[in-house]
Parts: sequence; C-alpha cells; structure tokens
Amino acid sequence: MIPLAKDNLTKADVQDKLKGIFSHYKGNQEELIPILQETQENFRYLPAAAMREIADFLHMPESTIFGVSTFYAQFKLTPLGKKIIRVCRGTACHVRGAAKVLAEMEKQLGIKAGQTTDDMEYTLETVACIGACALAPTMTIDGETYGKMTTKKVAEVLGDSSKA
Amino acid sequence: MTAAKPDNGNKQRTIFICQGTGCISGKSLEITEALKKAVAEHGLPGVKVDFTGCHGFCEQGPVAIVEPEGIFYACVSVADVPEIVESHLRDGKPVERLFYKDPVSDEAIPYHKDIKFYNMQQRIILRNCGRLNPERIEDYIATGGYESLKKCLKEMTPEQVIEEVKRSGLRGRGGAGFPTGMKWEFCRNAPGDQKYMICNADEGDPGAFMDRSTMEGDPHTVLEGMTIAAYAMGSSEGYIYIRAEYPLAVKRVRLALKQSEEKGFLGDNIMGSDFSLHIHVKEGAGAFVCGEETALMASIEGKRGMPRSRPPFPATSGLWGKPSNINNVKSLATVPVIIAKGADWYASTGTEKSKGTCVFALTGKIANSGLIEVPMGIPLRKIIYEIGGGIPGSKKFKAVQTGGPSGGCLPESYLDQPVDYESLAAAGSMMGSGGMVVMDEETCMVDIARYFLSFTQAESCGKCVPCRIGTKQMLDILERICRGEGQPEDIDLLQQLGENIKAGSLCQLGQTAPNPVLTTLRYFRDEYEAHINEKRCPALSCVKLISFYILPDKCQGCGICLRNCPAECIAGDKRMVHVIDQEKCVRCGTCLEVCPERFGAVVKVSAEKVDVPDEPIPVTAEKPAASAT
Ligand SMILES: Cc1cc2nc3c(=O)[nH]c(=O)nc-3n(C[C@H](O)[C@H](O)[C@H](O)COP(=O)(O)O)c2cc1C
Ligand code: SF4
Ligand code: SF4
Ligand code: SF4
Ligand code: FES
Ligand code: FES
Repeated sequence: MIPLAKDNLTKADVQDKLKGIFSHYKGNQEELIPILQETQENFRYLPAAAMREIADFLHMPESTIFGVSTFYAQFKLTPLGKKIIRVCRGTACHVRGAAKVLAEMEKQLGIKAGQTTDDMEYTLETVACIGACALAPTMTIDGETYGKMTTKKVAEVLGDSSKA
Repeated sequence: MTAAKPDNGNKQRTIFICQGTGCISGKSLEITEALKKAVAEHGLPGVKVDFTGCHGFCEQGPVAIVEPEGIFYACVSVADVPEIVESHLRDGKPVERLFYKDPVSDEAIPYHKDIKFYNMQQRIILRNCGRLNPERIEDYIATGGYESLKKCLKEMTPEQVIEEVKRSGLRGRGGAGFPTGMKWEFCRNAPGDQKYMICNADEGDPGAFMDRSTMEGDPHTVLEGMTIAAYAMGSSEGYIYIRAEYPLAVKRVRLALKQSEEKGFLGDNIMGSDFSLHIHVKEGAGAFVCGEETALMASIEGKRGMPRSRPPFPATSGLWGKPSNINNVKSLATVPVIIAKGADWYASTGTEKSKGTCVFALTGKIANSGLIEVPMGIPLRKIIYEIGGGIPGSKKFKAVQTGGPSGGCLPESYLDQPVDYESLAAAGSMMGSGGMVVMDEETCMVDIARYFLSFTQAESCGKCVPCRIGTKQMLDILERICRGEGQPEDIDLLQQLGENIKAGSLCQLGQTAPNPVLTTLRYFRDEYEAHINEKRCPALSCVKLISFYILPDKCQGCGICLRNCPAECIAGDKRMVHVIDQEKCVRCGTCLEVCPERFGAVVKVSAEKVDVPDEPIPVTAEKPAASAT
C-alpha cells in the first residue's frame, strides 16, 4: 500500500496553482512527468487532489498517474519537510563511510531515512549518487552539496543550514 | 619559476576558478566573487577573473589555474584570495603554499602540465573541460568548436559521416560498447520520415560523474556531436535525457541550447543548409533502469520507465514507434574530434578492438580521486598507482570495481591487464560507463557485493520474476552472511541464483545484477568463507562481526573515549584503564577514532577475544613521550 497524505485538500485548493502550471502544456501524455515535477515543486509533494486534476487535464485514468508517480523515486505522495537532506549512498561514498554519516544524521534528526521530522523542518533521504564522488562521502541540503563528510561535520552542516 | 618582480598587474593574466559541482561545494562561487572584488580594488588592468567547468580533480578543489603561466592552485579558500591577488596577480609571484603536493613524493608542483594526475592522461572527450568557460559559446567556437558540424553539413554526405565514424572504431561509451557508426547506419536505413536522436545523460552508475562533468564543463561538445549524429541519421528531433539529480548540468545544457540556436547551429536550416534539428531536454525522475534504452524512451513518452523486449530494436521502432538512436554523452562528445582530426587519427589510439580513450571516475580509496581520460589498453596498475597516486595511508590495495552495479571487482592479479572492453569482460567485469572504485584492505568484499545487490534490487523495475525476486533472495543471503548468520551452502546458492538471474532476465539490469556477487565469489571466496565458517570479517568492516577493546597496557585513562562514546558504554575514571561494555557497544568506532594516536589503546578485532579487565583498573602504562604524535 502506498500511503497517501491526509491533507484534505480539495479541487478548489489546488486549482489555482495547477492552472498556472497547465498553462504552458498542451495536454499530451508525454508531458505527464514534467507536469508532476512542476506540481511537486509547487506543493512539495503530490496531493491526491492535484493528481485527479492532472488526470483530467491529460485525459488519462487516475490510476496511470498514480502508476507513474509511484514508479519514480523523485515523486512523493506525502508532504516533505522545509529542508531536504540527501545523504549519498553511491559506491564511492559507501566505500568511504557513507553509512556512518547517514547513521549520525539519523541520530541527530531523530528520524530514519525516508522520514520527515515532526516539526516538518527536515526530510531525510538517501540518493544513489550526486556526481561529486571525488569528494565522497557527500550529502546535499536543498541542492547545496557538502563533500568529505565526517560524523563530526554532520552537526556543523545542520547548524549551517538552520541559519540559512 | 616566475621572477618575483612586481609587474603591477599590467601583465595579461586570467585566473580561472573551477565552477564544477565539486568545487562549488567548496565555495568556489564565493572565491570567484572575492577575487573579482580584490582585483577591482587593486586596479589590475591586465587581470581577468573567469571560470570553467570541472577539471576532473575535484578532490583537490576548489582548484584554479592562472594563465598564461599554467600555474595550478589546489584547495583554495576565500581566505587565500588576498595573497593570490597581491602576490601572484599583481606582483607575479605565485603562491607556493597553494601548489598541489604529489602524494607520493610530497613535492609541491607549480605547473598544471607537470602534475602526474594530468600529464599521463590523454584528453579527447574532456579536452575542453576546465579549459574554457562553459557558459560562453564563443569560448567553444574559439577552440574550433562547431567547425566539425560545418564540415559535415558543407562537405560530407550523411553516409560519409557514418563511414568516418565507423572507420574510427568508436564504440559506445554508455556501457555495452556497440560500434557507434553501425548504430547510426541502422537508424539511417530504417524506413520512416520521423527519426529521433536521443542523448543518454542519465548516468545511473552510482560513483560515476564524467557525463555530469562533461555537460557542466563543455556542453557544446555534446550538442555538436549530437547534431552531427542527427544529420548522419536524418533526424530532425532530439532529446537529451538528464538525471534530475544534476541541476547544474541541466542549467548549462539549457543555456548552451539557447546559445546554439541563436547562432543558427541548431533549429531550422542549420548553417544555411536544409538540415534542421530541434533538441528538447527531459529531466529524469530518479529511476536507474531508465538508463536502459527502451525504458528511457518509455520515460520520455511519459510512462513508467520499464524495459521491453527486443526486437523490435529502437533503430526500427523506438520513441513513439519511430526509428530512434540513443548515444551516451561521451560517445557524442568524441564525434566532433573524429570529424575534425579524422578517423585514422582517432583509431591510432587504443587497442585493436577498443579504439580511442576512455574516461573513468577514479574514486574510493585512492590518493588522487577524480576524472581521468586515458588511452584504451592502459594497464590498471598505471591508472591506480601512477595517475591515481596509489592507496592513501599506506594501506594495501584489495580490489578495483569497474562497470558499476553491472560490473565486477577485480583483484590484484588483474592489475597488469589492459583496460578495454574485451579484457574487462573476460575478467567477469565490464567497462560500463566508467566508474572505477578502488578498494583497500579495509573494504569488505562481501559487504560490497551486498551493497550492489541492495542497489539493483531496489532499482529492479519488477517486470521479470528472476530479477525482481531473485535479487531479493540474493540480497537476503548476503545480508545474513554479513550478520554472521551465513550457512556453508549459501555460497553455492548464491552462485546458482546468480546464474539463473543472468539467464532469465529481460534487460541488462537483471542480466548483470549478479556480476558483483559472482566476481567476488570468484576472486574473494575466502572472505565469504571467513564470514560463514569463522564468523570473521577479514576487513574488520561488518559491524556485527567486529568488536572494540581497550588494551590495558596502553590506556592512559584520559577519558576522551568515554566522553565521545555515543552508547555511553565505556567505564573508567581518571588514571584508570577504561573498559568497554561489549553488550552495549554499537561498534561505531568512535573510541578508536578519538583515542589519541600516541596512546593507540583501542583495537578493532573480528572473531578474536582480547584479554581485558572486566572493570576499570589503575593505569600501569608508561606515558609516551610528549613529543610523539
Ligand atoms: C540498467 C541500465 C542502465 C543504464 N544506464 C546508462 C546510463 O546511465 N548512461 C548511458 O549512457 N547508458 C546507460 N545504459 C546503456 C544504454 O542502455 C545504452 O546502451 C547507451 O546509452 C547507448 O549509448 P552508446 O552506444 O553511446 O554507449 C544503461 C543500460 C542499462 C541496462
Ligand atoms: S531485468 Fe529487471 S529491470 Fe530489467 S526488465 Fe526485468 S525486472 Fe525490469
Ligand atoms: S565502538 Fe562506539 S559504542 Fe562501542 S565503545 Fe567505542 S565509541 Fe562506544
Ligand atoms: S582508551 Fe584511549 S581515549 Fe580511552 S581513556 Fe584510554 S587512552 Fe584515553
Ligand atoms: S557516489 Fe556519492 S556522490 Fe557519487
Ligand atoms: S568540480 Fe572543480 S575540479 Fe571537479
């Protein structure tokens, strides 16, 4: 079962933002993934109500929209925290101790990878590689890359980001 | 070296700061700003501050090069800016303390051209990376960029272009190594008006970043190669499929597309010819399997990215059922050079069956980590010990992994093998897209096999049973072995499962997923046996199989470990030998890290009992000399 957000958002709540998004698409099936990407950028996840509207716009069954959104790791069906932390678990990072960095991050945030803190501040994820492998182990916070991570640097990096 | 005579900054100099992803994480954007400000404040008329993409030496980042001297600075920080500006850019005296230090000889090396990491490389694909500003098309044009496209459009027929690429011997750099010219020919000869040219920039191998660096550092090369390919095949629509995890590459490619269109190198009637090409960027959404050709096309179509069986091959029925061709970023980046310098020139590098150069992302336990481009056929040893500078910390080499999750781990006995498609495949690994991860004695090969399986298992699209369920079974077994719960029959079981998955899967994800396990079984069987039979991890890496002890004859009772232990499981007091409660210890290794090196009182062992007291006892060890560190 894929857990859906209990957000109670209705058509009316999502319509305005979606209108803006739909305005630069033609309504073809090939536009589904870019539309989902833009929708997620706007809502920070994919609300069920929005997916119903996307299905209408593209004249596709809702089940197809769900099928696609659950296939790709990028799409989230529940709200994400304000800041998204991604700890790299690629090979180069693994060999240089990514597991320890992840464990320390989990400890400091009090959540496991894939979860969001109760105050909705942070979502912790893992990523397969961000392409900065020579600086392994790496992580990102909201797209900003941090290299040569150590367990000690975890607190520092978190402190940095809470000031930002 | 340059004389220290002040030239008041009148001398023409350009300092290029690297703005690749790696160096940006080291604050190279701030360094660029600080340099600009300082140069302005000092009023240095001859000095320009510019930036480039990745130099490939991200580990030493942020890096900068001062031209025309070719002085290379490593690990630059904002604090170094005043000295660089005053001493070098104004007075002409390079800042020695920022020179790169050779990891073997410890010698400081001022010039870029003298650094072994670079001067043993042969850069064709990466020829411009780190050498020009990737956000200015003029820089690319100044190096002869888009001349090859012009030559193709004005002087060559599509057939001649295909012939030239075929003759060059270029093989796909995306992994499989299929001859590029032949792929183009299939697509050209396939019936149909609409054909699609697709650039595979999904770079899924976790531990590889050359496609990223190429797009960030020299996006126009990729566009030029792609346009030539489209011309050869007769395609008027193109797609670049880029990983969403690469935001900077997406940005630079989009910018390059815009500039190229403005110059008339893309769009309708390119360079006044009757050839037209429109290129669209598609961002992936985080699925490794989308690197596979048919899955990638499904993804562009807006569907779940699941591979389908072939035939029909993409060359006859690909994107929207039309003839399509997919090439990797590096394959395309090579094309303009082949056209410019000729097939014979290109084919003169490399081995009989593998021509040209290959790019590797050299990472892991290696002194010089970064991107390297070397001629095909170079021995692994040369890559690791000469270009890579060997294993840091005088540790022992154990294995090198190539081919990412589809590849294998090769032991020391393969170090003198040439690197090319055939030799790597014969050894049970593969060329792949170019990840090369070096492992030392502290890397556990069972854990590495487990790691790759956990990756492929999570990325399996689920279409075929052997791949979906078989990899899960293999992963379960490997996890069990790493926990010390392996059974003697597990080794045979892994072997069988692996062979069945290879035989019974539809796409190469499943067909190659067992490779990391099969190669480690082949070359490092003793490590599996130690885990299973002795519950011992020879690399001292598998957490469930190791323990930490404090040696009573070394401990000084300083209390550092006690204060840092996250599990609060160390007992001790001032001048008392500290003791670890083995039941509560989570084996994080912090105590070993923090115990001062001159005491060296903490040891890590596997399947070994160390004689230690049950409770803290008074310290008896003599204090080591204070000068020692
Ligand atoms: C699971 C899987 C992942 C792949 N990932 C990539 C990739 O990230 N980049 C790439 O260029 N090729 C990848 N390939 C290989 C492509 O399917 C294809 O062979 C290649 O892009 C063809 O280009 P080339 O002939 O220029 O090498 C992958 C293949 C498989 C089966
Ligand atoms: S082999 Fe694996 S990834 Fe490939 S189609 Fe089958 S299930 Fe999907
Ligand atoms: S390994 Fe970690 S948990 Fe165990 S004693 Fe050392 S610091 Fe404490
Ligand atoms: S084990 Fe090391 S860090 Fe801990 S008390 Fe003894 S000397 Fe100090
Ligand atoms: S493996 Fe971590 S950044 Fe590539
Ligand atoms: S990002 Fe600067 S050298 Fe790679």
